[in-house]
Amino acid sequence: MTTLALDHAPGQSRAVPRLLIGLAVLLTAIFVLAPLVFIFWRALTEGWATYIANITDPMTLHAIWLTTLVAVIVVPVNIAFGIAAAWLIARFRFPGRRLLVTLIEIPFSISPIIAGICYLLLYGRQGLLGPWLAAHDLKIMFALPGILLVTMFVTAPFVAREVLPLMQAQGSEQEEAAVTLGARGWQIFSRVTLPNIRWALLYGAVLCTARAVGEFGGVSVVSGSIRGQTNTLPLQIELMFNDLNTTGAFAAASTLTVIALVVLVVKAALEGRR
Amino acid sequence: MSGSAPIRAKRVLPGFSLSLGTTLLYVALVILLPVIALFLKGAEIGPTQFWAIITAPRTLAALRVTLTAAAVATVFNALYGLLMAWVLTRYQFPGRRILDALMDIPFALPTAVAGISLTALYSANGWFGSPLQSVGIELVYTLGGVIVAMAFTSVPFVVRAIQPVLEDLDPALEQAAMTLGASPFAIFRRVVLPAILPAWLAGSTVAFARSLGEFGAVIFIAGNLPFKTEIAALLAYIRLEEYDYQGAAAIALVLLFIALVLLVLSNLVQFRAARYLEARA
Repeated sequence: MTTLALDHAPGQSRAVPRLLIGLAVLLTAIFVLAPLVFIFWRALTEGWATYIANITDPMTLHAIWLTTLVAVIVVPVNIAFGIAAAWLIARFRFPGRRLLVTLIEIPFSISPIIAGICYLLLYGRQGLLGPWLAAHDLKIMFALPGILLVTMFVTAPFVAREVLPLMQAQGSEQEEAAVTLGARGWQIFSRVTLPNIRWALLYGAVLCTARAVGEFGGVSVVSGSIRGQTNTLPLQIELMFNDLNTTGAFAAASTLTVIALVVLVVKAALEGRR
Repeated sequence: MSGSAPIRAKRVLPGFSLSLGTTLLYVALVILLPVIALFLKGAEIGPTQFWAIITAPRTLAALRVTLTAAAVATVFNALYGLLMAWVLTRYQFPGRRILDALMDIPFALPTAVAGISLTALYSANGWFGSPLQSVGIELVYTLGGVIVAMAFTSVPFVVRAIQPVLEDLDPALEQAAMTLGASPFAIFRRVVLPAILPAWLAGSTVAFARSLGEFGAVIFIAGNLPFKTEIAALLAYIRLEEYDYQGAAAIALVLLFIALVLLVLSNLVQFRAARYLEARA
């Protein structure tokens, strides 16, 4: 960093940097920090006893359980997909490779609520596969499978996007050396590739987890928000907030905020390692 | 795709069919199939009906609210984001790393959580709402609230787009300009701005696209009054709840179309910038 040199360059006043830093800190405090701090402050205004009571409310506990279940299923699936996609794109050349990269990134440019609408138009009662699903008595919308599918859509690029650039930058020499030494597929992956990509993989998985537990727009389309059945934690927060149970909503929101803060800590820790 | 594996006549590494099969299956089932469903359902509507849905007064009003709020939020973020990127890359000060980490909060925080927090903060008895109300400004249930929510969720796109470019830009260039007697403003306009402009534009475009599709953060603070603070994404949602799947599909297609155009635009800006930099190097 050459910043100090600039700071003390002769002839340059220090007033401008100080003004800009002050403005940046002030705006960020109002704009980003205040909403963050407010969540915990509002959740705890009525004391810890109320806070605990709000978190352990049966409906909230059910929402926490459902959201955990979604994450436990979606994140490993996403890790498997992300590794497969990164391995394929970084280690092989084939026609349509670049198109595949674009396709994997589609969920980034589609608003989650549109993703939810897409799923409803596919699996809903009036959807493309709706009549077939009804005939076979299969329920995807307004049930767990729909929530899982939309969450998978929204989080699809997260692991691949972290792992792929790293694998491309590292090249395949080490893995090829392992092949010449007689290593088999899984041996190569677990002994050579995985140690090389583990931090990127961890970060991708953490991002994916945070996104999976916090998904709101897409899930609210496909879940039907059935209390005590298909309400994930963000939907439960909406419900309580609209029911004017503000303290309860913020108590539930604080749990998701802690997960968001964990993401930031992991990111900072991994940046130190790189 | 620089730095990727070199082309080989024979595939040395194992796992091609397994990774190809897994990736294609996932992309087809999870990503492509639902998007295709939207286009097929959209095609069923027919051009006349589609036009009628899109030009209905309530749809037009929702699109206008969405575009206006997103545009204002983007202008704010372009300036605030530039300031943040500049301060974070050019100055050393205590708390810089914390300030940098805070720029990830809007990404990391679930949108519904951000939505209720902003609503409570700016409501009449909130931390910011009561002082603002005493000077006659109300944000909750107004277009201003929609703008605040959109700006909150999309600011990291601008900051994180400019930051790496500014980090790569050698401060010696600015120092050289200074020794030649250029004023700070002239240095910024002639030296810094040309280098960061593509990233700035691309980041702002992505921020705009994100604002157009934002749902969770907006619906709480917006109050969702038809013709006043109802955003397009919410109108599509309402159409679904009314079992008007065609209405929802048409609005979703319009939003998707705008998002894709913006994505292409942002890629084009970055592609041109990359070519310019390559030509100069």
